[in-house]
Amino acid sequence: MQDRIALLAIRLADDHLVLGHRVSEWCGHAPVLEEDLAMPNIALDLIGQARSLYAYAGEVEGKGRDEDMIAYLRREREYTNCLLVERPNGDFAETMLKILYFAAYMEPYWQAMTGSKDETLAAIAAKAVKETAYHIRHAGEWVIRLGDGTEESAGRMQAAVELLHPYTAELFENDDLTAELANAGIASEPSDMRAEWDRTIGAIFAEAGLSQPDVPFPHSGGRNGEHGEAMGFLLADLQHMQRTFPGASW
Amino acid sequence: MGADVLEETTLQKRAWEAAASVPDPEVPCVTVADLGILRSVTIEDGVAVAQVTPTYSGCPATLAIEMSVEAALRDAGFKTRIERVLAPAWTTSWITEEGRKKLHAYGIAPPQESSNSKRALFGETAVTCPQCGSTQTSCISEFGSTPCKALYRCNDCKEPFDYFKCH
Repeated sequence: MQDRIALLAIRLADDHLVLGHRVSEWCGHAPVLEEDLAMPNIALDLIGQARSLYAYAGEVEGKGRDEDMIAYLRREREYTNCLLVERPNGDFAETMLKILYFAAYMEPYWQAMTGSKDETLAAIAAKAVKETAYHIRHAGEWVIRLGDGTEESAGRMQAAVELLHPYTAELFENDDLTAELANAGIASEPSDMRAEWDRTIGAIFAEAGLSQPDVPFPHSGGRNGEHGEAMGFLLADLQHMQRTFPGASW
Repeated sequence: MGADVLEETTLQKRAWEAAASVPDPEVPCVTVADLGILRSVTIEDGVAVAQVTPTYSGCPATLAIEMSVEAALRDAGFKTRIERVLAPAWTTSWITEEGRKKLHAYGIAPPQESSNSKRALFGETAVTCPQCGSTQTSCISEFGSTPCKALYRCNDCKEPFDYFKCH
């Protein structure tokens, strides 16, 4: 069971590290000062959550890997994050929607995990669930403001929806790992989050005047390490220091 | 035997006092004990073991706090070990009454319950201005100078101020 817990912790951590890295790319580029504070704050939350999860995974798998080794020394195919989080940032509307889509999934997930039989995962979740609520609120307000804004902002927001919606189905995919851990009372199945996600997104879209498109062919594959072309460039940036100066620390 | 126990209690008290006096690096008006970050200090085989807990997942000060506590204990003459404890998770309700008073006096509005509902889109939270005591305040930014704070403005005295987020 320990190795299964480690796999799940790494999968969750990969989602958070990759999204955290993407959000951090806005640092110094946000449209207003308040957003330039908000973006790195959200990135810090996500990377902090990833760090706790990686450190715990390293501890339970017992292979002597620490959080840095897991984050910096794996290859693209070993990363198991969903495809949504690795998408390039695009414009501000796209970034806010991406944060919202992911946070609306994670909030009920963390909430459920606070009751996990694994005490450490429950503690990480208890902290993360509050941070995630902030992310929903902040990104949700922007999605409403832009969707219900000018012709230009509404058009861009709807374009972001058309672009990113096909990546959301992957969030709710169950597999052998999630089934096994659900049976053991460690973590819920991703599909259990669907109803709450629909409620959160539905309420925000109704206020924003946005519509959810039909998605005939949802994108998937991240959980098996099959990533889009943006992922390699992201890792090249993320892992640059460790690849150039192996073992570097400060 | 009795003397040993007495000795250990005294040592433990001294170690706690040394560790508890460490100020938070980002909000130096309060100590790690005021914030509830310092969970316990015990003496195990002559080593002072301090249990420290992070506030927010991404708080960059976590490591600095651990190093400060370690240094304070060393300066007080102890061999020391720091343990990072995640469970149960820290919440702002662990901030002591003393700590809340110090935050307020420093110009930071202490956390208030019910201000972190995700349903409160555009919602208002009654945060009291630490300068003039008015409840007519508005949120300028959900995210402030550190992960634990949001930025507010008082509509009456017009002063901007930090609000320690309820967590």
